[in-house]
Amino acid sequence: MRYLFRTQYRQDIALWRHNGDRFWYAVLAVLVLIAPSVLGEFYIGELGAVYIFAIAGVGLMLLVGYTGLISLGHAAFLGIGAYVNAVLLAQGVPFLITLPVAGLFTALCGAAIGRPTLRMSGLYLAIATLAFGSIVGTVFQKWTAVTGGFDGFAVPTPYIFGIAVEGATGIYYVSLVVLAFVLWVSANLLRSPIGRAMVAIRDSEVSAQSMGIHLARYKTLVFAVSAGMTGLAGALFAHYVRFLAPDAFDVLLSVQFVTIVFVGGLGSLRGAILGAMFVRLLPQFIAIVRDDLPFGIGRLPGLEPSLFGLVLVFVILFQPGGLNGMWLKAKQWFQAFPFKRQTSFRRQKSYAKSERLR
Amino acid sequence: MILFQAEDISVRFGGIRAVDSVSFDVRQGEVFSIIGPNGAGKTTIFNLISRIYSSTSGKLIFEGKEFTRTPSWHVAGLGIARTFQNIELFPNATLLQNLLIGRHCHSNVGFLSQLAFLPSVRNAELKHREKAEDVIAFLGLERHRNALIANLPYGVRKVVELGRALCIEPKLLLLDEPSSGLNVEETESMGFWIEDIKKDLGITVIMVEHDMALVNQVSDRVMALNYGKVIAMGTPQEVQTHPEVVKAYLGGEVESAA
Repeated sequence: MRYLFRTQYRQDIALWRHNGDRFWYAVLAVLVLIAPSVLGEFYIGELGAVYIFAIAGVGLMLLVGYTGLISLGHAAFLGIGAYVNAVLLAQGVPFLITLPVAGLFTALCGAAIGRPTLRMSGLYLAIATLAFGSIVGTVFQKWTAVTGGFDGFAVPTPYIFGIAVEGATGIYYVSLVVLAFVLWVSANLLRSPIGRAMVAIRDSEVSAQSMGIHLARYKTLVFAVSAGMTGLAGALFAHYVRFLAPDAFDVLLSVQFVTIVFVGGLGSLRGAILGAMFVRLLPQFIAIVRDDLPFGIGRLPGLEPSLFGLVLVFVILFQPGGLNGMWLKAKQWFQAFPFKRQTSFRRQKSYAKSERLR
Repeated sequence: MILFQAEDISVRFGGIRAVDSVSFDVRQGEVFSIIGPNGAGKTTIFNLISRIYSSTSGKLIFEGKEFTRTPSWHVAGLGIARTFQNIELFPNATLLQNLLIGRHCHSNVGFLSQLAFLPSVRNAELKHREKAEDVIAFLGLERHRNALIANLPYGVRKVVELGRALCIEPKLLLLDEPSSGLNVEETESMGFWIEDIKKDLGITVIMVEHDMALVNQVSDRVMALNYGKVIAMGTPQEVQTHPEVVKAYLGGEVESAA
């Protein structure tokens, strides 16, 4: 078992805690880089989709897991990012410009929505963001001049320095780079004053305020950052699906994002990635076992959403740390082997949003 | 020199006058205690000073400047820190993070530089960390440094909250019942810390407290409240023997009032 002996303050804010971290993340980086030459087209496509969902998941994690604000409208931000990117590309703007513009524009939308709605909290905020999501969904349907409405919108092939980003592999690498960027930015935020302000707002608004934290400003800022990251994911999502239809960005997708955050484990970036893997791979798993299920369960309509709901309920009840919590427990088990005791994993009071002092 | 003044402040909740034309001034470097029975309006005064509530009338003056309408998030920046009666720490953050949040009003790095964690942010963080470490050493919290607040015992949390307020490097410190929920020994060390805060750090303290032993130990002056009104002000001895104060606590008839 490793005991970290800290001798310098800078060790506390380092991205990598020790050489073990560096080693394993380097191994992971090599693995994801060579994956396309090893795995088949289908798996690379799916993995790329996991990355895209992970980008949105990280964005939502900052909002839900770290700042304690809920949003049921993030599919709308994904949609805004997707349409902005696709429409600009169709106008002939290069991809290296449309991608950041999609992110920035979505962030601005997030700030514009966040400013009025973030006076609310808890259920009211959930309802407000839900309403926002359905308004944006309607705009996608009705504003046919721009979005093409239900006829859909064919997303042009992006070019980076004259090279076409085509096929699963192209999207895979671009998504990987964007995911790495988003993770880096999030890790930076979390070790900066803004990250601490977010945690403060989550845990006690009254005392955050007394520490000099401007609640409205920081909530809006985080909402904008979260929306912006989701917008980036949306821009990539457009290329993943290649054909935008307005009904893709409905409330079910928002619920999937929330599932990413909760199943992954609140308050952890790793959780957002694990959650994204779960959310993308569960439908694939269902598709594989569907035919073998007894009593015709596999042919029931709505099997997938109900399974998502069931998993969400079970995670909240029995594993509030989510997949990240399971990961940490497994790690601890191996580190302490063979000295694991029942009480090692006894559940402490875990993060739950209370309504006190509101 | 007068550091803080409340001039005739009042606040009403519906028909209740929680604080009724209260005036007092606090001198630089003193410990000023506010006592009174439950519901007398002591904590309400703190909430008025930290601008969580707005006063219906009156003025608050700090270092000669009025801040009656300053937004609450600005108060820490003025140099006024506070603790809460029922501990308002950030339970799912470590002790160190809690102290660093206290440094928030001293951070002036831009959003984009935080996104990229530029060297300016790193250096500022290291400075904040050094300051937080001073506070940890001052309060003897070394062994809990990386513990989650949720896992710490109540007595320690109370000290952490004091530490978080000290991280603001305030000129005026508001302590809301620093001894509530503490045992005798912990109350005693709280008393010594308050004396140290006053003598070594030169911070002026306003304290709401029920433990009269602690009040006597540390206070320079005491103000007694009842039903939102000031009933006595002076040295601890003067206030405790004041007939109105005795009446407020014991409910007895007082001859002079009859």
